[in-house]
Amino acid sequence: MDISARIGTLTLANPTILASGILGVSRASLKHVFDNGAGACVIKSISLEERVGHHAPNMITYEGGMLNAVGYSNPGVEEARAEFKDLKNVGGPVFASIIGQNADEFSAMAEALLPGDFSAVEAVLSCPHTPGYGTMAGQGTPKSTEEITKAIRAKTTLPLFIKISPDSQPIGEVAKAAEAAGADGIVAVNTMGPGMIIDIQTGQPILHFKVGGVSGTALRPIAVRCIYDIRKSVKIPIIGVGGVTTGRDAVEMIMAGATAVGIGTGIYYRGIGIFKKVCDEMEQWMKKNKVKNLGEIWGCAHE
Amino acid sequence: MLQNRNWIPRVDEKPFSIAYDEHSRLGLSVAKVGRFTEKLFEYNKGDLVGIRGPYGSTFTLPDGVKRILLVGGGYGVAPLATLASQAIVRGITVDFCNGARTKSQLLFMDRLKALDISPHVATDDGSEGRKGFITDVAKELLETNSYDCAYTCGPELMEQKVVDAAAGKGTASQVSIERYMKCGFGICGACCIDDSGKRMCTEGPVVSGEFARTQSEFGRFHRVASGHKVPFNAH
Repeated sequence: MDISARIGTLTLANPTILASGILGVSRASLKHVFDNGAGACVIKSISLEERVGHHAPNMITYEGGMLNAVGYSNPGVEEARAEFKDLKNVGGPVFASIIGQNADEFSAMAEALLPGDFSAVEAVLSCPHTPGYGTMAGQGTPKSTEEITKAIRAKTTLPLFIKISPDSQPIGEVAKAAEAAGADGIVAVNTMGPGMIIDIQTGQPILHFKVGGVSGTALRPIAVRCIYDIRKSVKIPIIGVGGVTTGRDAVEMIMAGATAVGIGTGIYYRGIGIFKKVCDEMEQWMKKNKVKNLGEIWGCAHE
Repeated sequence: MLQNRNWIPRVDEKPFSIAYDEHSRLGLSVAKVGRFTEKLFEYNKGDLVGIRGPYGSTFTLPDGVKRILLVGGGYGVAPLATLASQAIVRGITVDFCNGARTKSQLLFMDRLKALDISPHVATDDGSEGRKGFITDVAKELLETNSYDCAYTCGPELMEQKVVDAAAGKGTASQVSIERYMKCGFGICGACCIDDSGKRMCTEGPVVSGEFARTQSEFGRFHRVASGHKVPFNAH
């Protein structure tokens, strides 16, 4: 049985990928995730300047998943370059993840961060809880997506993935804009919302930023629909992200048209061993259903 | 050092270790050091604060332990006082080293006395106990006595000296490695340490001294909220 995954020119030992924003703050944290079975890792997103992010509480869980308003805390591009300068022997392919307030900043990020050992780059246009970035800066439109993608494309030959918002409507048009501007793949999706949870004892929103992106189980069916819609709109590969917690969920996303799956919030439910658990469950399912490789089921929901 | 997170709406949320564990009641020791704790000190009896947890690993007393050395510095004494209470209940002999900058900052002296523990004390200014470092007192005790385990919590350079001294005598040790924590449940990665990448909110904060000694970050630097690395400075 073969659970290796091909995403364009990249080959992954298995289709599970550490999603951006989760762990991924240091080379050591990536190695820890690879040691626990991930097929690839995405670093925590990096901006030009250091950002402390929002005050705590910035992550809370509820019965449907998690809300976060971390606010892109990161040490800035110079320190990130040093941190991730040597990714040989870390255990697998590593995606850089870059953010910017406009196309020029994305372009500068691509130039500054990408020389190094990264295997690919993800540009995030879809954070729902950081002023100046993502959907709060209007980066989720087809026009803005095209402009930013072009700017990054001009600066790198690495495989370029655009991470888009589940709140983009119609989402296929955003994916098309990325494809037309030279993206090699789509990461679908970022957290949705934002949402809010109020503590009824004090009558106050719990998150310090009041609102946060919703991830986890509640997001999964929306993510699956987004992947399905994007598959219909573009030819480039899709990394499916949103509530993947079990092997079943990964199989579902591949059936919708994803070639690999990101895992983030699932670590809260199943620990850092979730990558191996999801792979084991996929293999069990494939064995039972006589599926030899993931290509056999890829996009089958469209047939 | 089992820890929990306390929340004041629109102010902040911070992790605290548990300083008292009295059956149905838990106690925290809070020092007024910043924006969050200043606000907390304005609260009155009966006011509510948010709380979630507990998270992370704890100091443990393995079976068969007969005599232990506890070395606390400053606010790090809080979880060790809880550990001392648990050890005394189990009939374990406790040697307690309590270090602080000055006499007025020495914590839990009465509480330790109530447990029939006479702490070894050092202060930077000599206002109580020996003038100097508590680590020197701990080293002498490790030379003189045989311990089943040494436990330490406090400034990281102090912890490192204790862990190294224990290792030098072949004594097992446990150390609490405090790192900037956001989520507390192993997702955000703020508290991952080099070289293992282990999360101190989940796989720590209490780790074995043996493990700590293999981590290039231990005693050398830590990461702040942004992830920026800051070295520890010897005082």
